[in-house]
Amino acid sequence: MTRRILPALAGLALLAFLIAPGSFAPLFQPFTRNNAPAIYTQTSLLSLTLSHLAIVAVAVAASTIAGLVLAILVTRGAGREFLPLARTVTAVGQTFPPVAVLALAVPVLGFGTGPTLVALFLYGLLPVFENALAGLSGQPAPVAEAARAMGLTPRQRLWQIDLPLALPLLLAGMRLTAVISLGTATIGSTVAARTLGEVIIAGLLSSNTAFVLQGGMVVGILAVLIHHAFQAAEIRARRRIGLD
Amino acid sequence: MPRLSPPAVLFALIGLAGLALPLVQFKANRIVAGEGVGLADLPHGPWVLPALGAILVLACPARSPAAARLASAVAGLVAATLMLGTAASHLPPPGNSLARVAPASGFWLLALAFGLMLADAVNRLRPSLALRWVMLAGAVALTAGILVSGVLDGVSVMREYATRRDLFLREGQAHLALAFGSLGLALLAGIPLGIVIFQARRWRGPVLGALNILQTIPSLALFGIMIPVLGWVAATIPGAAQAGVSGIGTFPALVALFLYSLLPVVSNTLSGLSGVPAPTQEAAVGLGMTRAQVMAQVLVPLALPVLLAAVRIVLVQNIGLAVIAGLIGGGGFGTFVFQGLNQTAMDLVLLGALPTIALALVAGIALDLLVQGTRRGAA
Repeated sequence: MTRRILPALAGLALLAFLIAPGSFAPLFQPFTRNNAPAIYTQTSLLSLTLSHLAIVAVAVAASTIAGLVLAILVTRGAGREFLPLARTVTAVGQTFPPVAVLALAVPVLGFGTGPTLVALFLYGLLPVFENALAGLSGQPAPVAEAARAMGLTPRQRLWQIDLPLALPLLLAGMRLTAVISLGTATIGSTVAARTLGEVIIAGLLSSNTAFVLQGGMVVGILAVLIHHAFQAAEIRARRRIGLD
Repeated sequence: MPRLSPPAVLFALIGLAGLALPLVQFKANRIVAGEGVGLADLPHGPWVLPALGAILVLACPARSPAAARLASAVAGLVAATLMLGTAASHLPPPGNSLARVAPASGFWLLALAFGLMLADAVNRLRPSLALRWVMLAGAVALTAGILVSGVLDGVSVMREYATRRDLFLREGQAHLALAFGSLGLALLAGIPLGIVIFQARRWRGPVLGALNILQTIPSLALFGIMIPVLGWVAATIPGAAQAGVSGIGTFPALVALFLYSLLPVVSNTLSGLSGVPAPTQEAAVGLGMTRAQVMAQVLVPLALPVLLAAVRIVLVQNIGLAVIAGLIGGGGFGTFVFQGLNQTAMDLVLLGALPTIALALVAGIALDLLVQGTRRGAA
């Protein structure tokens, strides 16, 4: 029961804070010094949050589609020749620091949302691809044989067998990607993307801990909520294919 | 027509695109936009260009041996790098110290094509563990050799390096101290904590839950929060400041990285210990071992591969995250990255980003090899 109530309470508190941040000022006042403002007001926190979520959503959707398509391509037909290479590239790609990817995208795309989207997309591609690959290639041999014996065409097998069976792992990959992206998007503010990182950086520059806490807490609660939502979806997907 | 290897065809297409695009950018100074210069317009270019094209095309047939591809890939990488150096020493007019030559799209695409070819060839060769170590050492030695030889000294990144050599070494040390120091602290605290929750089952949920929540705090905010928290600790708790606790400089970054590292270490210690089969433990108890002996002589050695996997995760992650320390005055290569972003001086960004990527790559590959080594030892 507490597993459902706690996220719901956190969500409500977050919503209240975003709609009327001013009423939370007494809570944050102790963290300011020299009468600095307790609540970030340069830009509306709600619009920053929505912009932050939009950037993450676009990046996660794009990396999910690309990662899934790539995983489908390398697990059938001529694409199989790319499988070992794809695994290596995924492993190596994940060692690339996200901040470095972000900084390196700036000369190509200029300042703003562009480099952040690209860095989040590239970095998010890897967990999705890895998990989709595990889901698509880890099926027991009898499943494949049964599908062939039923006379399913390769396309039917992909849509009716392979993809539904890979769904829980794919969702787990998306969950990782979404949670990592939420945190990494804050760094996007150093290259002028409109995210909650703006609040944190404003706090760092003016030594106002209240701002740092606000930005960090909003992103943290969002991450916990998104984590929970994906986990619930994973459990449902696992039940549907009879795993639990 | 011989059968073609699809990956090799892909590498050839990427590489040929790289040959067609400008290899370097020639800029009047370090901030303005520059003009592209192709490989063909450089000294030796007229023969290096077709040679690189031939290497890419010759690797395409499926029966071309993996060892030959490995050699071609290394030759291609070295040739592209040497041409970059040639461009940097020939393009600026003599006596002009402001002009900059930076690698452009053509160079990066060539590096990508030959890098992929190298990875593919190594995969196909299936080298033994010892040979992989030799290859890693060889790659590091070759890169160091090229950097020390001075052929790249005219390239913009190296010019940035030359003007701040001492600072670079200091920030490099700070970066390594942050990454390895936080790893060491996380191992010192995390392994005992993992052992405790392995034995006290009811603490598992709360401890892992708390560490999980810690992980969701964005790195930028955690680094920021550490400054006032540690500043307060240093000012209020007697003796803390003498012990090195401080709200400014490297210390907050070190603590933030330490906190991020705890979850992988604790959860892998737990899963490594839980993975030891019950009969093995019972046999150890049956031999008359005490609880401490079972832990030290049976459980921990058998859990070692899983623990080393955690070390890999933490080290690679911390080398990357330590960049953010540059934003809060904690030092490390991030200092150059954020300075460069502020001044829109991309050469300076590269000076911070490239060594970070190289460090993360080498650490990742070396620890993968170590994990494989211990797996074999434990099996």
